[in-house]
Amino acid sequence: MMQSVSAQNRKRIAKTAHFVGLFIAMSIICIPGLWIVLNSFRPTVEIMAKPPVWIPNELNLDHYRAMFGGAGEGGVPVLTYFRNSMIISITSTVIALLVGMGGGYAFARYHFKGKSAIFVGLMVTRAVPGVALSLPLFIIFARLGIIDTHFGIILAYVAMNVPFTIWLIDGFMRQIPKELAEAAEIDGCTRWQAFWRVEFPVARSGIASAGIFAFLTSWNEYALASQLSRSTTSKTMPVGLLDFTSEFTLNWGGMCALAVLMILPALVLTFLVQKHLIAGLTFGGVKG
Amino acid sequence: MAQVHLKNVVKKYGSLEVVHAINLDIEDGEFVVLVGPSGCGKSTTLRMIAGLEDISGGDIEIGDRVVNDLAPRDRNISMVFQNYALYPHMTVQENLGFSLKIAKFSQSEIDAAVQNAAEILSLTDLMDRKPGALSGGQRQRVAMGRAIVRHPDVFLFDEPLSNLDAKLRTQMRVEIKKLHQKVKSTIVYVTHDQIEAMTLADRIVIMRDGHIEQIGTPLDVFEHPVNTFVASFIGSPPMNFLEAQIDGGKIILQDGTALTMPAGYAANEGQKVTFGVRADNIMPQNHAMPAGNNMALVEMEVSLTEPLGTETLLFAELAGSEVQAKMLNPRPVQNGERLTFEISLDKCHIFDAQTGNALKAQ
Ligand SMILES: Nc1ncnc2c1ncn2[C@@H]1O[C@H](COP(=O)(O)OP(=O)(O)O)[C@@H](O)[C@H]1O
Ligand SMILES: [Mg+2]
Repeated sequence: MMQSVSAQNRKRIAKTAHFVGLFIAMSIICIPGLWIVLNSFRPTVEIMAKPPVWIPNELNLDHYRAMFGGAGEGGVPVLTYFRNSMIISITSTVIALLVGMGGGYAFARYHFKGKSAIFVGLMVTRAVPGVALSLPLFIIFARLGIIDTHFGIILAYVAMNVPFTIWLIDGFMRQIPKELAEAAEIDGCTRWQAFWRVEFPVARSGIASAGIFAFLTSWNEYALASQLSRSTTSKTMPVGLLDFTSEFTLNWGGMCALAVLMILPALVLTFLVQKHLIAGLTFGGVKG
Repeated sequence: MAQVHLKNVVKKYGSLEVVHAINLDIEDGEFVVLVGPSGCGKSTTLRMIAGLEDISGGDIEIGDRVVNDLAPRDRNISMVFQNYALYPHMTVQENLGFSLKIAKFSQSEIDAAVQNAAEILSLTDLMDRKPGALSGGQRQRVAMGRAIVRHPDVFLFDEPLSNLDAKLRTQMRVEIKKLHQKVKSTIVYVTHDQIEAMTLADRIVIMRDGHIEQIGTPLDVFEHPVNTFVASFIGSPPMNFLEAQIDGGKIILQDGTALTMPAGYAANEGQKVTFGVRADNIMPQNHAMPAGNNMALVEMEVSLTEPLGTETLLFAELAGSEVQAKMLNPRPVQNGERLTFEISLDKCHIFDAQTGNALKAQ
């Protein structure tokens, strides 16, 4: 009897410890984000206050209003940046996914000469920090005349994402028994049909998660984009954040407001595909 | 309606040859089982017939077409895989109808054919489930259903029962045999299990290391194995082998025991041989051994018993080798008991000690 009570107590303590641990971890992850959201809604004085004001006295939409307002009142071309970001992220993701599907499929299904060397080579490209490449990229892009174009940034992002999508999709494809495609071929499919009607739908979740990762990488990228874009024709939202800095001041409130607009689509997207994301991350339940 | 012919078919992976110029003629409607130990090239052979592997040499004919360069979809075959390979994103209904859908049959034709196959394999209650929600035996039946829907010329089975538990395996074995009687198509079936081979086959093809060792009906390969490999592979328990020499018209075992030689081996006088006899042909005296006119009597000490109900396997030692004998209508036997055994010499086999090939009686 005594024992079972103490066992129950131990269980309860463990549960509480878990909860507290999780709470601390989540706080560390979430508070900066929430702080940004909070700051975007309150007056600059309160943002700058020392010591920090935790509970806001007043919430308003001033920063948002100013951001969408004219250039004189601290406005920035948000919609243009948003459009640039969308075009660049979606296009580069789609291309990286298509290449990743082709490459991942080939790595998973075919034997060819130099396969492992190519694979390792692809992964090594990820070891080079993007910033280190920004100057050479800038020079080459300038020569080619594709600085400050969507095309240039998309090109850079595709190159950045392709090794990753290939690696992920190769992993997912490997888990699909090759007999599935063979069964489809015997059932009358061409190799192409077997891929689209059987292997692709089965790997869908995995491909979707690869897509999310590629999209978020492009959507949030700052270092390269800041070098490769000059004006509103190609500036993305992360680069646009810098519009709130001027020689002597930093418009924290405006920056936070733009950051919130940046986070929103990523959040929405992640929610939309979370089912696939989870299925993709726990891939392997395809036996049968 | 199709025969299958393999003519000098070779398979190489790079420089490694895994199937060596095999020849095999399969009749229309015949149930042929390829059997052999793991890695002997059964699956490779089957996959070459299916068109899933290129052939490195020779010809494969299905019906009267040479199919060497035809894609699997143009061969009018269907295949059941060891891991079933059901499409996990489709329901049973869709799995069954997939091949017809690809072939652009009308929906009503597809439904009718699927319904028919589902009835044959009692799948009608499972039509809306996905493969993930089926038991092993049910998946197995769906895989077979998917194969029969199309009325192919040839069915190919690659170890379809090896993922099932023993009881279900016996049950499905019967279903496969019934299915063959119903659809009457040519079947090529791969297994490493000799019991499956014996029970299912019209003809058995025994393979080893990429070669065909023997082709014959189940009784044929059981009663007339061409070498010690086939003799030990087919039949359970495996055949007993004893080193011996033919001397003075007798078979002399290593310890000097002399057994009367069956007729027809006079020409092999003096030769070293392997004497083979199945457990079924070594029985304790007075235990229902069918009468033969050529019986040898030996006394052996029983070292171990395996009671199986209708019979008991007895392990004993003869001329320095362990042999297994059978006792029908068993009575309890103690370890260490000495019994007199009868060996039916009419049913024994004599192999060349060097090559392992059966010696022909003249
Ligand atoms: N893709 C391959 N590459 C190289 N060797 C292979 C390949 N597939 C099979 N083999 C070899 O071919 C031999 C026959 O294999 P398999 O036909 O699968 O045997 P079984 O089905 O009789 O067990 C084995 O030795 C195997 O290692
Ligand atoms: Mg095999």
